[in-house]
Amino acid sequence: MRGRLGDRLLHVYTWLIIAWLTAPIAVMILFGFNDKQSKSNTSWQGFTLRWYGELFADGSLTGALVNSLEIAVISTVLTTVIGTLLGLALGRYRFRGKGMSNFLVFAAISTPELVMGASLLSLFVSGNTPRGLLTITIAHVLFSLSFVVVTVRARVVGLDPSLEEAARDLGAGTWTTFRLVTLPAIMPAVFAGALLAFALSIDDYVVTSFVNGSTLTFPLWIIGSVKVGIPPQVNVMGTLIFGIGVAIAIGNAIASRRRT
Amino acid sequence: MRKVRAAAAPYLLALPAWIWFAIFFVVPIAAMASVSLTTGNLLEGFQQTFSFSNYAKAVGQYHTQLIRSLIYGGIATLIMLVLAYPMAYWIAFKGGRRKSMYLFLLLLPFFVSFVLRTISWGFLLADDGILFGPLKSAGLLPGDFHVLATDVAVIGGLVYNFLPFMVLPIYVALERVDPRVVEAAYDLYASRWAAFRKVVLPLSLPGVFAGVLMTFVPATADPVNARILGGTGNTMIGNIIQTEYLTNNDYPTASALSFTLMAVLLVGIFVYARSLGTENVLEAAAR
Repeated sequence: MRGRLGDRLLHVYTWLIIAWLTAPIAVMILFGFNDKQSKSNTSWQGFTLRWYGELFADGSLTGALVNSLEIAVISTVLTTVIGTLLGLALGRYRFRGKGMSNFLVFAAISTPELVMGASLLSLFVSGNTPRGLLTITIAHVLFSLSFVVVTVRARVVGLDPSLEEAARDLGAGTWTTFRLVTLPAIMPAVFAGALLAFALSIDDYVVTSFVNGSTLTFPLWIIGSVKVGIPPQVNVMGTLIFGIGVAIAIGNAIASRRRT
Repeated sequence: MRKVRAAAAPYLLALPAWIWFAIFFVVPIAAMASVSLTTGNLLEGFQQTFSFSNYAKAVGQYHTQLIRSLIYGGIATLIMLVLAYPMAYWIAFKGGRRKSMYLFLLLLPFFVSFVLRTISWGFLLADDGILFGPLKSAGLLPGDFHVLATDVAVIGGLVYNFLPFMVLPIYVALERVDPRVVEAAYDLYASRWAAFRKVVLPLSLPGVFAGVLMTFVPATADPVNARILGGTGNTMIGNIIQTEYLTNNDYPTASALSFTLMAVLLVGIFVYARSLGTENVLEAAAR
């Protein structure tokens, strides 16, 4: 009896935490519809769809969003390729430098973002490298790389080696075996890693704030305008990104359920 | 010929990542180390003097913020642990077929930008915002009541932003606990509490360790929550490092400060990880 009550309390508790975690999202979505008159967008003043219509009215905000998307796409592609290759090497082979590679992957994950950004800036300052889209992309590849490696490595370790042996026994070459057997088998992990890299990139503020020069990304633009007031378009863009992300995640979950 | 190619395969696969890590991770850390031992300023240039005076200066000048960050990070991590464990426990043991739905809801905030989530908290907690505004006009709260620009706001923001990183590893560890082991404890007349304390809790400790790792480091080094939710009295070390680098261009002091922060955090982590084995931590972190 006592156990039942405890369980019910924990059930309620879990939902309370979830409500707390999602409250700011509701606020963000709500204030995208706020018909605000004053400068600050903190009190509710009526419903409007105006900000959806004027979504791209602020050129610099739109530019920052475009920068973010551009960086996210390029860095995701790079990270996924480089990270998948290392993940394959670490999951499949024993080789000199394996311990060091594992250490680097772990160190890159556990280094505070702040230190990563600061050290990259030190490098770029020492080398007189102009900061902008290129340096931001480089940084984003660096901090997402380990996550792709870890994801792919876990999948490769769990792979049945006899599948590839069978392919080779049937006369497939190294490349053919990889393309027709290994790659499809690790694809879910590669895809998951890519999604993670994209999410990390589009969301990053700390590292980017060190290496951006005068280029602004979406998070940097937002934090830069906190003091003067966030325009409702930011809420609308946040809402749209949220909606698209959730739709992709649910779609992916349904698709993978159908596959198995 | 084929053999040679096969032997080279792992090196060829690892090479691009090695190059990336070498140029953009190892070299920059070294560059930062070298900058932290220079003296000079942006206009006259920096000379490599191998003097540790920047460290003395950095720690002497900013130890308040460094200690404050460690305290904020520590308190936030403790609160997260207390909040996360019951939730992870319930999802792992009682979630049933809805487990993945609960995990999805837990991760929902990550579909909103970190900065934007924190700003939404600012909206919620604003002095005349949708939470306190009505309460104040109803006379339930004194007019000068505020949460923004206090320790509570900053620590609350840190807890909010990093909580899922605490729940997930604990959930993973608990999920792997074989229910038959718990049943065996009951068969041996263990009470619910004794079974939890002697069987479930020890088995979940790797998850707790991983969770602490994944939350303490980013929470301590985070500049966003203090900037958006805090006031001048809540400045954290992350804000100082950003200002020193980006506004004051005092690279030597900023580098020394970054290194001090990293040393404090990494020494802790690696002692922690060693006692567990890095592979275990990574494994727990990956799932």
